[in-house]
Amino acid sequence: MTTTAPRAAAQPGPANSVGLAWLVAEREITTRVRSKAFLVSTGILLLLVLASVLLGGFASKLGGDTKVAVVGTAGEVLEQAPGFDVQQADDRSAAEKLVRSGDVDAAVVPGGSGAGGVTVLAKDSAPSSLVQLLSVQPEVKLLEPLDKNPMLAYFIAIGFGIVFMMSAVTFGTTIAQSVVEEKQTRIVEILLATVPARVMLAGKIIGNSILALAQVIAIIALASLGMLATGQDLLFGDLGTALIWFGVLFAFGFVLLATLYAATAALVSRQEDVGSVTSPVMMLVMIPYVLIIVFNSDPEVLGIMSYVPFSAPVGMPMRLYLGIAEWWEPLVAIAILLVTIALVIGLGARIYENSILRTGSRVKLAEAIKG
Amino acid sequence: MISLHSISRSFGDRRVLRDVAFDVAAGRMTGFVGGNGAGKTTTMRIILGVLAADSGRVELDGAEITQRDRARFGYMPEERGLYPKMKVLEQLVYLARLHGMSSAAAKRSAEGLVERLGLSERANDTLESLSLGNQQRAQIAAALVHEPIALVLDEPFSGLDPIAVEVMLGVLRDFAAQGAPVLFSSHQLDIVERLCDDVVVIADGSIRAAGSREALRAEHSGSTFELELAGGTADAGWVREQPGVEVTHLDGRFARFDASADAAQAVLASAVARGPVARFAPVTPSLAQIFREVIR
Repeated sequence: MTTTAPRAAAQPGPANSVGLAWLVAEREITTRVRSKAFLVSTGILLLLVLASVLLGGFASKLGGDTKVAVVGTAGEVLEQAPGFDVQQADDRSAAEKLVRSGDVDAAVVPGGSGAGGVTVLAKDSAPSSLVQLLSVQPEVKLLEPLDKNPMLAYFIAIGFGIVFMMSAVTFGTTIAQSVVEEKQTRIVEILLATVPARVMLAGKIIGNSILALAQVIAIIALASLGMLATGQDLLFGDLGTALIWFGVLFAFGFVLLATLYAATAALVSRQEDVGSVTSPVMMLVMIPYVLIIVFNSDPEVLGIMSYVPFSAPVGMPMRLYLGIAEWWEPLVAIAILLVTIALVIGLGARIYENSILRTGSRVKLAEAIKG
Repeated sequence: MISLHSISRSFGDRRVLRDVAFDVAAGRMTGFVGGNGAGKTTTMRIILGVLAADSGRVELDGAEITQRDRARFGYMPEERGLYPKMKVLEQLVYLARLHGMSSAAAKRSAEGLVERLGLSERANDTLESLSLGNQQRAQIAAALVHEPIALVLDEPFSGLDPIAVEVMLGVLRDFAAQGAPVLFSSHQLDIVERLCDDVVVIADGSIRAAGSREALRAEHSGSTFELELAGGTADAGWVREQPGVEVTHLDGRFARFDASADAAQAVLASAVARGPVARFAPVTPSLAQIFREVIR
């Protein structure tokens, strides 16, 4: 957005290009916000986000601590280990009773031939976390440790991926349809007689970027509130920085995508053709979504993704969450993103300007660039 | 006054406009006529800055036209269109504001126009829910809502129902009467003939004739004359024998012929010598005739 302002101002146009762009942006926003379909789909999306955060919270509560009965000093190690709810039992038979009745998940009693000199009693299967704790294990040294729960990381990756994809596709399609609507209804010629094409484009990008960012912020806020409300403070603490950077990178990343959506849509004159002409841009949205889910714990792939402008909004927050990104890395990613935006807006504005009045058959990309 | 100076424009290898130059005078209605593909729409788009010229200049009152001037023009493109799902009044206010009006002024102007065009009851309906006639009125309103200082209308009468034609005529006359330059293109030469003070004829990308309607007629009336003899048995056949005369139509005592002014006078003199003459006059060509002649 910021890069379009000087561009627009440099145009020989009415003094107030910024005011014009804002008028266009305002219409984009009010038109969308008044549409029932938009309100319903946004409501459903927000509800889904809230539901998944709350469910996650309850599920982790339900799992809860493993209840263990301990006889004598057999379970000393358990006292310090997290995730165990330890209660004393008088003797082995009392412990056995507790296990059979289901009051505890397992019991640790003295004696037994195994290492550590204790026996674990359980009904049909012993809690693996308990067995693991009491076993003697070879020393494991991770060279590049991921200090996060891999399952949780997987779900967080899916979360980033889905929010990124849903918002980018929803508002990318919106801006594409808005461009074609003006072309199809021919109102664009009336508009262009008073608003320079670049200012029109800037207004559309600004309007839809504000909408997309507002939706993402709403999702982040709702997810954060949900986490705090269900007592997942720990998760929130870990995710906080990543969430903020997700919002920031998404804002700029979306400007990039919106420009491409608008420019490609300007090539066609009918709503029916929007899907096919914008499909290459759709790929740019889908690829990061798939990659982040498949490679959510691969530091090298994530490293590359976090700098490629199209995937940075999901790649960088993921690395921040996993704790494998330095503090300055998101800044570099933003810088790369900004340079890309400047280049793409230059190209996109050219395509838009050269195609917007050419109704009829699809304008060839090469012709649109050449003018 | 809007002036065009040697405007040229090509699309690829196709030269669409070649040194186009004419004036649209203030307070006068200028009709812009030409066949399909002659370059009317391209010329109008260049005046509005929707399209750039390859070379040449557009001036407003002697100074190179700016985007700010153009924002105060009223424009109706040949391809009509407004936002189908936007309410009529809201749409007009939006367009007025895009043309630089303040929000309050835009609202005032839109409301006044909607009332004048008889759309008050439908002002808060979406455009697509209006009848075709009312959609046309909304379209007219869209060209006028920002109180333009000049009008450029591409085929403003095409597709209009008879009532909308009258509305449009009234609007154009009002504007010209206020001293604004009005340029409109049309296929319908009879409308142009009836309405216009000035006429510009374009063919194949270049201007073939431009000037006031009377001057054009006078200019093209020079060579054709009609002679009608009096008396039931008179026969004008002898006119064919006159030197320097080419008869194009002969019917009993009536003859139409092309000739120089002197030769025509000679014809009249011999007609009077032969007997009574009912009528002798130079033929004032209709716009359609001038058009056919200049685009040849």
